[in-house]
Amino acid sequence: MIFSTKPEMATQEIQPNETLTNLKAESDTLKTKLEDERAKLHDVELHQVAEKVDGLGQFIMKTRRTLKGHGNKVLCMDWCKDKRRIVSSSQDGKVIVWDAFTTNKEHAVTMPCTWVMACAYAPSGCAVACGGLDNKCSVYPLSLDKNENLAAKKKSVAMHTNYLSACSFTNSDMQILTSSGDGTCALWDVESGQLLQSFHGHAADVLCLDLAPSETGNTFVSGGCDKKANVWDMRSGQCIQSFETHESDINSVRYYPSGDAFASGSDDATCRLYDLRADREVAIYSKESIIFGASSVDFSLSGRLLFGGYNDYTINVWDVLKGTRVSILFGHENRVSTLRLSPDGTAFCSGSWDHTLRIWA
Amino acid sequence: MERVIVAMQDPDMGMKMRNQRLLITVIPHAMTGNDVIEWLIQKYNITEEEARHLGGLLVQYGYIYPLREPRSLLLRSDDSPYRFQTPYFWTSSRWPATELDYAIYLAKKNIRKQGELVDYEKENYSILHKRINHTWDFVVMQAREQLRASKQRRKADRIVLECQEQAYWLINKPCVNMPLYYHYTTLGRNRVKSSICLESFMKYSEQYLHHDPIMSGCLPSNPWISDDTSHWTINTDMVGIPTRLRVERWSFSFMELLNDSMGRREFMIYLEKEFSAENLCFWVACEDLRHGESSKIILKVEEVYKNFLAPGAARWVNIDSKTMERTLEGIKRPHRFIMDDAQMHIYFLMKKDSYPRNLTSRTPTLAIVPQETKKSVFPFMRRQRHSSPSPAMVTQATEDDGKAKGAGPTGTSSTTNSQI
Repeated sequence: MIFSTKPEMATQEIQPNETLTNLKAESDTLKTKLEDERAKLHDVELHQVAEKVDGLGQFIMKTRRTLKGHGNKVLCMDWCKDKRRIVSSSQDGKVIVWDAFTTNKEHAVTMPCTWVMACAYAPSGCAVACGGLDNKCSVYPLSLDKNENLAAKKKSVAMHTNYLSACSFTNSDMQILTSSGDGTCALWDVESGQLLQSFHGHAADVLCLDLAPSETGNTFVSGGCDKKANVWDMRSGQCIQSFETHESDINSVRYYPSGDAFASGSDDATCRLYDLRADREVAIYSKESIIFGASSVDFSLSGRLLFGGYNDYTINVWDVLKGTRVSILFGHENRVSTLRLSPDGTAFCSGSWDHTLRIWA
Repeated sequence: MERVIVAMQDPDMGMKMRNQRLLITVIPHAMTGNDVIEWLIQKYNITEEEARHLGGLLVQYGYIYPLREPRSLLLRSDDSPYRFQTPYFWTSSRWPATELDYAIYLAKKNIRKQGELVDYEKENYSILHKRINHTWDFVVMQAREQLRASKQRRKADRIVLECQEQAYWLINKPCVNMPLYYHYTTLGRNRVKSSICLESFMKYSEQYLHHDPIMSGCLPSNPWISDDTSHWTINTDMVGIPTRLRVERWSFSFMELLNDSMGRREFMIYLEKEFSAENLCFWVACEDLRHGESSKIILKVEEVYKNFLAPGAARWVNIDSKTMERTLEGIKRPHRFIMDDAQMHIYFLMKKDSYPRNLTSRTPTLAIVPQETKKSVFPFMRRQRHSSPSPAMVTQATEDDGKAKGAGPTGTSSTTNSQI
C-alpha cells in the first residue's frame, strides 16, 4: 500500500479515497433498495381508504382561556396529569406553573439562562423539568408552600454540549429523556444525574422527541435539522427505523394514539404521517396557501384530528384520514411555538411568541 | 471565530504564550484560561461575562482545547492550561472527518495505550471494525506507520500533536452508528401492507369517536366551555362509580385496562378469584423496577426474585423454563431491564387468557351515564348526545351500540337539550 506522510498528520491520497467511494456507493445502493422494498407493499393511499368514512361537519373551536404573564416569547409547555395544570417556559428564562382552569399562576421560577426551550411536567405532578441554552435539564420539585424558593431545590440532571431542545419524563419521575442541539438524545436517571443511555444517529441538531404509548413502552421518536425522524430503542440505544421525506427541519413529532404511527411538523410547511408497520410516509398535510413552517403538532384523542401550530400565527386543524383541512384557528398575534392536547382530550393548549398561552375547546 | 483566533496568535499584539508550569511539569506552548479571558476583554473592550461566553464558544468549536480534563469542553477562568488548535484541524477546513480517519486514530490510540480506550471509543472501535472489516489491515498498517513517524519528532512536539489530534476527534467524531449497518438491518425488516395499516386507522378513530371530547363532546359538559368541573369530578382516579364510557374503554385493549387504576383494581379482584393474582403483582413489580431509581435496582431485583421467582416463593409465577433460566442467570448481574423477558411473558399470558375471560364473564358493573347539564357547544354541529335522566345499571352483556339503556325516567331531571 502506498502512502505519503505530511508533517502533522499522515494521510495517504490513493487507497482510502477509493475505499471511501466504494463505501458511499454501497450506502446509496442500499438506500435505493430500501425505498424499493418499502414501495412494494404500498398498495393503497390513506385518503382512498378513507373514502368510506363520513366527512366532518362544520367545526367551531374557540379560545376558552388566555394565560398572560410571561414577559417574552413562550417556547414550550406541558400538561399535568390532573388535566388542568400546565407548565410553560419562555425566552426570558421564566418557567411558570398555572392552573389553566382558573388562569392562576401557582409557581414561578427564573432560570439562570435565557431561551428555556424545553419544559415538562412530572407524572406525579410534584416536579417540573426545564432547560435550554444552559445545555442542561434541571428538575424543580414543586412545593406546596408558595413562599418557598423553588430555585434553591433545583437539581441538575442532564448535561449536553449544546442547547436542550426538548425533554420528557418517561413513565415515572425517575427518568428523563432529552434531545439537544448537539445532535444526540439521552436518557438520564434523575436521582443520580447519571447518563443511562445515549442515542447517536442524527447528523444535526435534534429538535423534538415523543415517547411511544406502546404496551412494552420501550421506544421513542425524534426529529431533527437533518430532516430525519428516527425511532429509537431505549434499551439498546439503537435506531430501529428512520424516515427522511421532509424537505426541511422537523420541529415537532407526536405519536398517533395507538402508537402505530406518528406525525411530524416541519419548516417545509407540511405535516406528515408515518406508519411504523408499513415503514413509510402515508400522508402529507399541506396546502398551497400554507407557506410557513409548522412548529408543533398533536392529535385529538381518537386520532381523527391533527392540530398544527404554524409560524404564520395560525393553527390548522387537519382531518387525519381524509387529508383535508377542517379548520383554521386565528387568535395568536405571533408565531405559535408549542401545542399540546390535554391528557383527557377535552382541550388543547397553544403557546406563542406573543407571550401568551391559549386553551382551545 | 477564526479572525479572533488569528488575532490571538499575532506575535506582537496576540497572547503571550509561555511554557506553563503545572507543579513540576512544564507544559509547552500553553496559556491559561484566565489569559484568554483577559485578552478578549482588552482587545474587544467587552465585559468579563461576554468574554467568558465568547471564549467558551471558541473551546466548544475546537479552536482552543483544554489540556487538563480534555473531555470537558469548558473555558475556566483560572490557571487551567489551554492550547490553540492547529489550523489543520479547524472545523472549517474542508478536510472531512471520515470514518476511515477516525478508525485509524482509534487504532493508534489502542496500540499506544494498550487498549485503554474510553467506553464509547471502544464501542465505536468495534462497530468500525465490523463495518469496514475489509480494509482493517490498511487501518492498522496506517496507524503503525503514523506512530512510527511521530516517534521521530521531538517529545514536546509529539505531545502537542497528540493533544491536538485528541481534541479534534472529541469534537468531530463521525456518526458511527447509522449508515451501512442500519441499512442492512432495515432491508430485512418485516413490513405490513399499506391497506392493512391504513384500515387500522379507520377502526381506531371509529372506536374512540365517542370518547374524543373534541369530536363528540363530553358529559355532563366540557369544563373549559361551561366552567363546570363535574366532568372531572366524576372521572377521578378512584371515584365511587365509574362512568359508562370509562368502563367501555377497558374493553378496547388490555393496555387501556391496565392504564386505568380503577380498571386495574377490578382486574386484580377478578384474578384473585381465579388464583392468578401473582401475575399482575409480578407485572407491577417489574414496572416499578424498570422505571424506578437506579440506586434501588439491586434491592428490587432481590425482592422480585424472593417473592415471585425463587423455588417455593409465596407468589411464584409460571414462566416457561427457557425464560426462567435466562432470567435467573441474568439476576447474577442485575440491571434495570433484567426482568423484561419474564415480564413480557406474563403480560401476554394475562392479555391472551385472563383479560378476555374477564371481559366475557364480568358481573354487572355499576356505571353511570351523566346527564347533560348545560347547553354546550360541540365543535362538530351534527352529532347529538343522548343520555338517560338518571344513573343506570349497565351490564356488559346487554350493552348494544353504545347508547345507554335507562331504567326509565324517574324523578325530576332537567330536560336535556340536544343540538342540531
